Amino acid sequence: MPNNGNVAVRTERVSRQYQMGEATVHAVEDVSLEIGAGEFVALLGSSGSGKSTLLNLIAGLDRPTSGSIFAHERNLAEMNSEELAKYRSHTVGMVFQAFNLLPRMTLEENVELPLRLAEVDRDERRARVAEAVNRVHLSARLTHRPSELSGGEQQRAALARALVNRPTILLADEPTGNLDSATGDEIMLLLREINETLGMTILMVTHEAPRAQRFAHRQIRMSDGKIVSDGVRA
Amino acid sequence: MKGRDLGELAVRNLREALLRNSLTTLGIGVGVASLVAMLSLGVGLQNLASERLARSGLFNAIFVTPRTNFEGYNRDQQGQAPPPTGESRPLDEAARRDLATLPNVTEVYPDIRFPTEIHYNGNPYATIVAGVPASGSSDSAFDGMKGRFFSSPSADEAILQIDLARQLSKQSDSLIGGEISLRYAQREPLPAEPGSGKSAADAPAGFSIVPHEERLHIVGIVETEPEGGFGAFGRGRLLIPLAVAEKLRATQTSDLRDLLRDSPVQRTYESLTVRVTGASQVQAAENAIKALGFAAYSLLDATRSLRLVFAVFDLLLGIFGSLALIVASLGIINTLVMAILERRREIGVLKALGAADSDVRRLFFVEAGAMGLLGGVFGVVLGWLIGRGINLGTRIYLARQNLPAVSVASVPLWMILAAIAFSIAVSLAAGIYPASRAAQLNPIEALRYE
Repeated sequence: MPNNGNVAVRTERVSRQYQMGEATVHAVEDVSLEIGAGEFVALLGSSGSGKSTLLNLIAGLDRPTSGSIFAHERNLAEMNSEELAKYRSHTVGMVFQAFNLLPRMTLEENVELPLRLAEVDRDERRARVAEAVNRVHLSARLTHRPSELSGGEQQRAALARALVNRPTILLADEPTGNLDSATGDEIMLLLREINETLGMTILMVTHEAPRAQRFAHRQIRMSDGKIVSDGVRA
Repeated sequence: MKGRDLGELAVRNLREALLRNSLTTLGIGVGVASLVAMLSLGVGLQNLASERLARSGLFNAIFVTPRTNFEGYNRDQQGQAPPPTGESRPLDEAARRDLATLPNVTEVYPDIRFPTEIHYNGNPYATIVAGVPASGSSDSAFDGMKGRFFSSPSADEAILQIDLARQLSKQSDSLIGGEISLRYAQREPLPAEPGSGKSAADAPAGFSIVPHEERLHIVGIVETEPEGGFGAFGRGRLLIPLAVAEKLRATQTSDLRDLLRDSPVQRTYESLTVRVTGASQVQAAENAIKALGFAAYSLLDATRSLRLVFAVFDLLLGIFGSLALIVASLGIINTLVMAILERRREIGVLKALGAADSDVRRLFFVEAGAMGLLGGVFGVVLGWLIGRGINLGTRIYLARQNLPAVSVASVPLWMILAAIAFSIAVSLAAGIYPASRAAQLNPIEALRYE
């Protein structure tokens, strides 16, 4: 396991509750965990187990009801909304099950979008987009729109978009959920390559245990908002 | 996000829902056009009124008369100038020279008009002669006249008012180039008693009035009735150069007063008109004239109330014009709120990729501002065209009424810039609600949205 001893993500007794009418839903309850820099962690669990909620909390898209989340020892709770936006822009990259590419933009423009938001210079942007697209082997498809790409290509494009701003943590929410088995494996191989070559910390939410077993260093299983097991691959 | 990127993204978004955004922009354009058309009419009419009044000479003229001792006759003087003491100063040649040397005074001339009998083709016609000062050539009364203005200030030439011309001949145009004979009562000094050896100062009091005749060339016909206002020469039917009118020494009503004076040989004027360089100089000149010991009147107060009337008029036109723009701004709100619903997921993606709330807010603002800018430019062009249409229609109507052409709608540069700026401001104001709603969107809910 390529863990150099630094902690990338640490949660301390994190809870997230929602009010649904009269009822209170405990989506995440009292979760404490540590993910080392360079780790490839799979967050497993059935639907409604709270794994995506935890991922969104770590991504800074949501705030916990109680507890603290640290990313590279920076407390997300102490950040205001502008600082959280910067954190999402520079520290984390996100990949979604539904790809979430903007349909009217070309692949190149989609990948460039985080660089625009991060106010990176135009010349620098071109080089970084080329590098990221090359990494996911889509250089020939730069001018294509998402509708002209296959599912696997769209997810690779989304991966390039997540990597382009050189984050240290990659958060993937069911990245193979919309793909067939072979294409899903391709994406998993790419994630592994990124983890190994760039040393990027990966936290992947999935419900596919065999895939998690095959590619991730560590599997954390959640149920009813709580961590029920946390094991390193043998 | 940098401004250029924000602009590129906004334009891309606007192009995406082209029909809806074009219709919204068109709505703003129509609103701005209505505002511009209304204001252009207000400004045009104001310009027209100011120009006509300025050219009528009413607002740079001061009407000077000898100060009278009739109490309450000149209300202006009360509380302003010291009450008249002693004998009032006569309005004679020396007074005329004094007035001419005052600062900013361009012209001082008497109001000379006298009854006459003119002879044309052997028939006599009674009418009134009025002297026209050299500055009269720029008077709007001579716009569209037939023939020409006097060739020189001392030319023995006459311009006929159209009614008189019609009286003289059914084909009035044929009068131009012809000659008329003018009979009038001339003031003659009494001859000195023969062999008395007295000097001119001791000349006998009084004067004699003798008939005299003068021949004049007809050079033009004034089509429209010259304005008979304050300090103007409109009431005369036969217009001749003022210098010629003075040379004729025709009897004036002031001659009766001269008879009562100690030195009746020295002629005085009933009134003098003092012209200054501009309306702004009138007040100072008026005060200076009063200080010389004369009564002075001007129409400054009338200009002030005229400006006030037009300011209120413009305000009302502006309010009515703005109503359409306010309605158009509701279109912007509707379009942008619809865009939020459609682009919910996109907003979620942008936020997940690092867009701050302020980025999302600015993006929607720029889109609203861009629609305002485009609508503003389009509206100004449309409003200008409407103004041109109004002018064209007015000209055709006036031409049919045999009246000179005027522009009733005017679109100055300040109005173009102000209309575009107002359009952008209204659009941005309309964008406040949708932009803040978009900025506050919860990214997780937005990403979940299908």
